[in-house]
Amino acid sequence: MRTTTAKSAYVRGVIDGSPFILVIIPFATLFGLLAVEAGLSVFETLAFSIVVIAGAAQFTALQLMQENAPTIVVLASALAVNLRMAMYSASLTPYIGAAPIWQRALAAYLTVDQSYIVGIAKFEKEPQMTVPERVGYFLGAVTPVVPLWYIFTGVGALLGAQVPDSWALDFAIPITFLAMIAPMFRTLPHVVAAFVAVVVSLLCASVPYSLGIIIAGLAGMIAGARLEKRLETKGQTAP
Amino acid sequence: MIDKTTLWIVIIGLGLGSFMLRFVFTGMVGERAMPPWLLRHLRYTAVAVLPALIAPQVLWPSATGGEPDPARLAAAAVALAVGLITKNVLGAMISGGLTLYAMLYLLG
Repeated sequence: MRTTTAKSAYVRGVIDGSPFILVIIPFATLFGLLAVEAGLSVFETLAFSIVVIAGAAQFTALQLMQENAPTIVVLASALAVNLRMAMYSASLTPYIGAAPIWQRALAAYLTVDQSYIVGIAKFEKEPQMTVPERVGYFLGAVTPVVPLWYIFTGVGALLGAQVPDSWALDFAIPITFLAMIAPMFRTLPHVVAAFVAVVVSLLCASVPYSLGIIIAGLAGMIAGARLEKRLETKGQTAP
Repeated sequence: MIDKTTLWIVIIGLGLGSFMLRFVFTGMVGERAMPPWLLRHLRYTAVAVLPALIAPQVLWPSATGGEPDPARLAAAAVALAVGLITKNVLGAMISGGLTLYAMLYLLG
């Protein structure tokens, strides 16, 4: 019974993660193209995507290496771009922390923006899910994303031609994240958290190493938590 | 040209570092209960971090050299609005994408 429900949770995860197919293909192809343009071989490009699986951090590292930045600066900057993954990990812990260690390690390797957002939205909406169901769902959500990230990085590297700017591929990611986030604005504290995060992020746009995102994220989380607490003590907490 | 040694140090270092970041709480904290104040903050991780990540890209896209772009602003607004109203992720993505291409076409 237990495996059956985990299996059906996996299938639901695959379905809910599948909209990302539209985005991950162009994005991965773009990374492959840029990597080859920067002088990486097809094998090196593929290895990069398989070992790291982190779009934004990979683009950052690639760009800094091209500028001949010191290795330590490349690593520090790209890891700073990925710092939000630690926040995702913390946020997932109450939901999947009880899973076996190998499942948690697998989920950690497969934690990307897409799987996190699909997973966390579901876990919040359906608190009665069991831990195996949650892990199954999470792995399902990442199934349409990560293999395509590998494959199309390779395709981009093999194509090796430049994608015209007029395709506006840069904007595929912002549109997807907005589409994913919008249904999560269920209560006033959620909206306020996002609003504060956006304002602080814009104010901190010149902070180096993308650390503005972390500062803004923390500010938004504090704002959301404060407001939630205040509404709770007033006894008018939203459902 | 990127130096091969540097490249492999970066690939492996970034791979290990990213895994540590992704594993630090699920792996180390595991089943132990986290304090309520922390859980209260973590509930807002997704709705704070992701908007913070994309806000500068929406307002100052690097593709236009950091200049605000009406097509991208409209696409972002449509994706957000459709997502808020319909709660349909795919619908919101597609309407945002169509808006982007329609505006880019119309504005030349």
